[in-house]
Amino acid sequence: MDSFLGIDLPTWWFLLIGALVSGYGILDGFDLGAGALHLFFRKEQSRRIALNAIGPVWDGNEVWLVIGGGALFAAFPLVYGLILSVLYLPFILLLVSIIFRAISIEFRSKEPMKWWRQFWDVSYCLSSTSIALLLGLVLGNLIQGMPLNANHEFTGRLLDFINPYAVLIAVTVLSLFMLHGAMYLAMKTEDRLYARMTILINNTSKFFILCFITASMATLIYVPHMQAIFHNHPVLFVLPLTAVLIVLNIRQSIEKRRYLRGFISSSVTIALMLVLFAMGLYPNLVLSNTDPAGHISIYEAASTNKSLSIMLLFAGIGMPLVLTYTVFVFWTFRGKVKSDEISY
Amino acid sequence: MNNVELLSRIQFAFTVAFHYIYPPLSIGLGVCLVIMEGLYLKTGQKVYEELTRFWVNVFALIFGIGVATGIVMEFEFGTNWAVYSRYVGDIFGSALAAEGIFAFALESGFLGILLFGWNRVSPRVHFLSTVLVALGSMFSALWIVIANSWQQTPAGYRIEGEGMHARAVITDFWAMVFNPSSVDRYLHVLIGAFLSGAFLVISVSAWHLLKGKFTDHARKGMRIGLWVAAIASLLQLFTGHRSADVVTHHQPAKLATMEGHFDKLAPADMYLLGWVDAKTQQTTGLKIPGGLSFLVHGDFKKPIPGLNAFNPNDRPSAVNFVFQTYHLMVAIGMTLIALTWFGLFMLYRKKLFDMRWLLVIFTGSVLLPQIANQVGWYTAEVGRQPWVVYGLLRTSDALSQAVKAEHVVVSLILFTGVYVMLFMLFLYLLNKKIQHGPYVKVEDPETPPSKFNTIAR
Repeated sequence: MDSFLGIDLPTWWFLLIGALVSGYGILDGFDLGAGALHLFFRKEQSRRIALNAIGPVWDGNEVWLVIGGGALFAAFPLVYGLILSVLYLPFILLLVSIIFRAISIEFRSKEPMKWWRQFWDVSYCLSSTSIALLLGLVLGNLIQGMPLNANHEFTGRLLDFINPYAVLIAVTVLSLFMLHGAMYLAMKTEDRLYARMTILINNTSKFFILCFITASMATLIYVPHMQAIFHNHPVLFVLPLTAVLIVLNIRQSIEKRRYLRGFISSSVTIALMLVLFAMGLYPNLVLSNTDPAGHISIYEAASTNKSLSIMLLFAGIGMPLVLTYTVFVFWTFRGKVKSDEISY
Repeated sequence: MNNVELLSRIQFAFTVAFHYIYPPLSIGLGVCLVIMEGLYLKTGQKVYEELTRFWVNVFALIFGIGVATGIVMEFEFGTNWAVYSRYVGDIFGSALAAEGIFAFALESGFLGILLFGWNRVSPRVHFLSTVLVALGSMFSALWIVIANSWQQTPAGYRIEGEGMHARAVITDFWAMVFNPSSVDRYLHVLIGAFLSGAFLVISVSAWHLLKGKFTDHARKGMRIGLWVAAIASLLQLFTGHRSADVVTHHQPAKLATMEGHFDKLAPADMYLLGWVDAKTQQTTGLKIPGGLSFLVHGDFKKPIPGLNAFNPNDRPSAVNFVFQTYHLMVAIGMTLIALTWFGLFMLYRKKLFDMRWLLVIFTGSVLLPQIANQVGWYTAEVGRQPWVVYGLLRTSDALSQAVKAEHVVVSLILFTGVYVMLFMLFLYLLNKKIQHGPYVKVEDPETPPSKFNTIAR
């Protein structure tokens, strides 16, 4: 099988991985954002409620990263090895942060001492923040492209991944996740903490919109290859316009305190940004910013059609199952977090 | 061996060995949890519910660390072994993707209900979640062991491209899945995991019995743990033999390494314990002459190819290491059979709970399956060297080209620091949970059951 529904298999996997990464951004995005805001809650009770709001779901959310990584490994092994080894240090720091975050959530509630809880609160907040920043840093580097020669060998230096544009994208991702997480927490909390959330949402949304505008301008000016597609297909310009409208809608939802609508809008924002990135990329997966021959296309990096079709079958059976029990778990834990349900 | 290779191998070995403490415990505990909660549903006895809740708490701690350290493994393939990832991606990738989609999502999704859903769902749905989490963890092991087995005994593939661009591509999915070693090795790994979890239950129950605390729960726990471990230890004898059989037919150099057998073609001995001097090619120790030949061919005199039958570049160099790890694993396996069946016999004679010396041994016995699982994997992986994919791709060729030694030094220091801290915290909290024991509810019809959860954690 070379194609399915008229779309070739590497493109299918390009789309699927995009969907998985978006799913990961939307799902883990809110619990990472909630983590990054953690130290803004002063009272022990508030912190516990905030933790328990993500308690039953954060682990399942992280699975999307595992599936996304596995899918990239399976579908585009060349790119998997290349991206992870070229961005070695950010990925190692990401892994260390993921471990720290998991154990902070897990260990915090196990001892009553004040210093113990304070330590894990700080560790939870820092690791959540650093995961968001590192994901953004990786994204920023992928948007710009990396120095690769015609043999797809990395010709840059060790710390090249830290550059102004990538840092700007990193901060933007962090701000988006913070806003996203704040709205999630507002939906899950009541009384004092809810009141606190409304202030936080207001501030994080301003922070995000500032980042959003700066990052959009920077991309227009410094990363021209991301706009090429709009020159060829002007009708697609409707997408960035939609993104702007959605971001405006977030503001409006916040003013009306309709946080579910705001949360859905920020989810769509995350997905749309990745869609815009994917459109700028396609049919490449990795861009070289030194030699166009260094671009790696999905066709060059893809596994064989046989392998891709087997996996497409897996995904066809598996993804509806994953979605079903994701919905089931969220439904089971729907509603506001009550203090008698606190477990962390 | 250059520095990047040495450091990357140390890092991978360290992170995977550390990771492998936890998933076997989760898998084994998962089985025990299903039995405990099943008994609660069947009998309606509170003691089983309290026992289940206690072990769910322990399970959560272990599972959490297993997940976090497992994500490291997945990404390390790409960070440190980029050539390997490209080489095996077409084959290994589908197994890994299947694990993510079918298994890992199942267990992580339902873990939330297992941990937090006591008051949100009915007892039956909760039990179903426990079963699904347990099954999910076994599925995870399935796909990972299939992938690793493919590295040991590749099948269902062909090689495409040449030199640095060569890669293995899939030709027959089912031949890849059911490669010659996958079924036997999966069962061996799975039962090793059952032993690991069951012995944790045995050990903690024995400790509580020694202290005279929670004796009701401990007796029930001990019964469940002993039965699971006793059956598993016997089955392990069988799967171990089957696995050795696969090695004999598909990885003869590994077999020769395991018994320190050097002669090109001669009857091979079987050692109970011994020492290999790889320089002088001498193996000394307590042995059954021709024992290996007998096990393989049913004839003490039949020759078996020794290490010298293979090119020195194509066979493992750490012969004594593999010899020792293999023999330690076998010795522990035998000890576990003796220990569990003696324990069951004493349980049958209603003497077990008064035999303090045996309870002391049981308390410490939790380390035995842990050690056996570790050294068993050392045997399998070091015995496969110098190949990362047996006969196809050398470990030294599988590295990331972009990664320098100083990168790996940084990451190795980071992982070592974090894991040492993690391990100490794990032991501290595990010990705390064990000392605290099951939370025994005071019967009070006025108190709604929801209060329970608050206090238990």
